[in-house]
Amino acid sequence: MTPTVVLVVSAFLASAVEMVEALTIVLALGVTRGWRSVTIGAAAAVAALTLVVAALGPALTQVPISALRLVVGTVLLVFGLQWLRKAILRSAGVRALHDEDEVFAREIDESRHADRRTVARLDWYAFTLSFKGVFLEGLEVAFIVVTFGSTEGHIGLAAAGAGAALIVVGTVGAFVHRPLSRVPENSLKFAVGVMLSAFGMFWSAEGAGVSWPGEDLAILGLIAFLLAVAFGLIALLRRDARTPTPTVSSGR
Amino acid sequence: MNRIRHFGQFWYEFLVGDDWMAALSVVAALGATALLADGTLNPWWLLPIAVAGILAMSVRREAAARRAGVELPPDLTEPPFE
Repeated sequence: MTPTVVLVVSAFLASAVEMVEALTIVLALGVTRGWRSVTIGAAAAVAALTLVVAALGPALTQVPISALRLVVGTVLLVFGLQWLRKAILRSAGVRALHDEDEVFAREIDESRHADRRTVARLDWYAFTLSFKGVFLEGLEVAFIVVTFGSTEGHIGLAAAGAGAALIVVGTVGAFVHRPLSRVPENSLKFAVGVMLSAFGMFWSAEGAGVSWPGEDLAILGLIAFLLAVAFGLIALLRRDARTPTPTVSSGR
Repeated sequence: MNRIRHFGQFWYEFLVGDDWMAALSVVAALGATALLADGTLNPWWLLPIAVAGILAMSVRREAAARRAGVELPPDLTEPPFE
């Protein structure tokens, strides 16, 4: 029960944060280039992502579970650590926070000056950029849905979590017509990074022959452990930033 | 050829990211876990400890590089995508 709930929540949060970023691109393009080509591009990307999940998901469930857990767990752990690492660096002020308003302004400026070539009655720039934006942001979500879903045997639930986020973000974006800059993106990425890494550790170690104490409940322990490590690292990085760098004496 | 290189580069960035040493260390830690689990041990503690160390080294490496003014490669999974 616990892993299933965490799985759906992880898919929802990962999808929400990626969709917020994709929405910024789609809105900027729609405002400057018109909505037709942009909407078709975004819809084509969602269709392509659905195909990826539909093709890869069932294929992965044919792989023996221990091999699947080792491979998927390893990839998920490496992938999750990327999210967590960036979120830690952003929380500590080492990397700049992702600013949706800034991205929106930049996209608007670029799309105003881009060429207006038409292919198959579509504004090609708006179509391709909308497709790329939604597809590339969504690819991480598709990856999470496929890996989480196949390893736990709940691809449908993981896809439902991701789909719910798409609907929520899409609906809010359609009403607000502005980038959702108030969404605490880094906190969401932090949470997703912790969950992906915790599941990655759990499954990869199981695939390598480990028996976790407390079985499935160990996931909660791993989440707590990673949170403690991450907050500790943020505190350390902030302390390092406050400490002045020693100047090297020339010795003369 | 350029497209193939870009395709490969995208997937490398997507899966491994900008710290290949962290990815390699994760694989090494899992290898050690599998080796120990083959014997009488149940090394459930090994991977969490290794991951904490890998994460700590990875973030401190990037923080030090940024403080030293080293130019880091752009993140291919973030906008702009062109």
